[in-house]
Amino acid sequence: MKARVFVTLKNGVLDPQGKAIGHALNGLGFGEVGEVRQGKLIDIELRESDGEKARSRLKQMCEKLLANTVIEKYEIELKP
Amino acid sequence: MKSAVVVFPASNCDRDAAVALEQITGRKPHMVWHADSEIPDVDLIVLPGGFAYGDYLRSGAMAALSTAMRDVIDKAQKGVTVLGICNGFQVLTESRLLPGALMRNAGLKFTCRGVGLEVTETQSVFTRKYDHGQRVTFPVANGEGNYFADDETLDRLEGEGRVVFRYAEGENPNGSARNIAGILNETRNVLGLMPHPERVVDPLLGGTDGRAMFESLLEGLG
Repeated sequence: MKARVFVTLKNGVLDPQGKAIGHALNGLGFGEVGEVRQGKLIDIELRESDGEKARSRLKQMCEKLLANTVIEKYEIELKP
Repeated sequence: MKSAVVVFPASNCDRDAAVALEQITGRKPHMVWHADSEIPDVDLIVLPGGFAYGDYLRSGAMAALSTAMRDVIDKAQKGVTVLGICNGFQVLTESRLLPGALMRNAGLKFTCRGVGLEVTETQSVFTRKYDHGQRVTFPVANGEGNYFADDETLDRLEGEGRVVFRYAEGENPNGSARNIAGILNETRNVLGLMPHPERVVDPLLGGTDGRAMFESLLEGLG
């Protein structure tokens, strides 16, 4: 099974990189661009076929390492 | 006073820390490789500046899980004094020995220069030889030194006298919340700070404002 984990800054946490990307896009003529938030995407191959088990293990991985939950939130996507 | 410096792959201030410790305490520190499972029996453990594990994932995240850190965490919880400088501070927040997190600098730039700081707490083994409110200059050298914690945590840190260093008015180089440059843990035996006291212990290297920290430790830890 494959999983995709998205790690992004929590709402309300300042994202200076996102801001810089937004400004750069505006500068390139993409005037319609408003707020930009950026983050990380982590693809993980799992030796696990049970979706429920996989999700629970991935949650532990996020809490223990993949995200710093002081400032970041995460989303897990499973791809059978 | 016996000390140890933990060396991670891509630490780059470990030798500066060792020189400062030897100069001021008169004893060479143990240099402990990150893969070692045990820190020798010492009075002070220093987590040095640098880019441990290339800052992969987040600065300090990988180092916080190293075998040496398991023993550092254990010893810190038993009361051993731990000083984390710059990357060492990031390792301390990632290992949850200190609250909050160090984020990308608000101005996005890596900042390397001397900054004015105020010593805001002298009731600590790290700062007893400074005067309360004393203005000192330490160099900063970081891209991710922007201290963040929720308001409740910040209020608690301030209320419990755990903010030891603040960037002086107009000197905040990275957007840190409430100008915080260095904090203590609840039991006051762990200090993390972004600026580098170990780089200012010799007039030849631009200043001696950092000496009092090592002299405080020497006096407090024997």
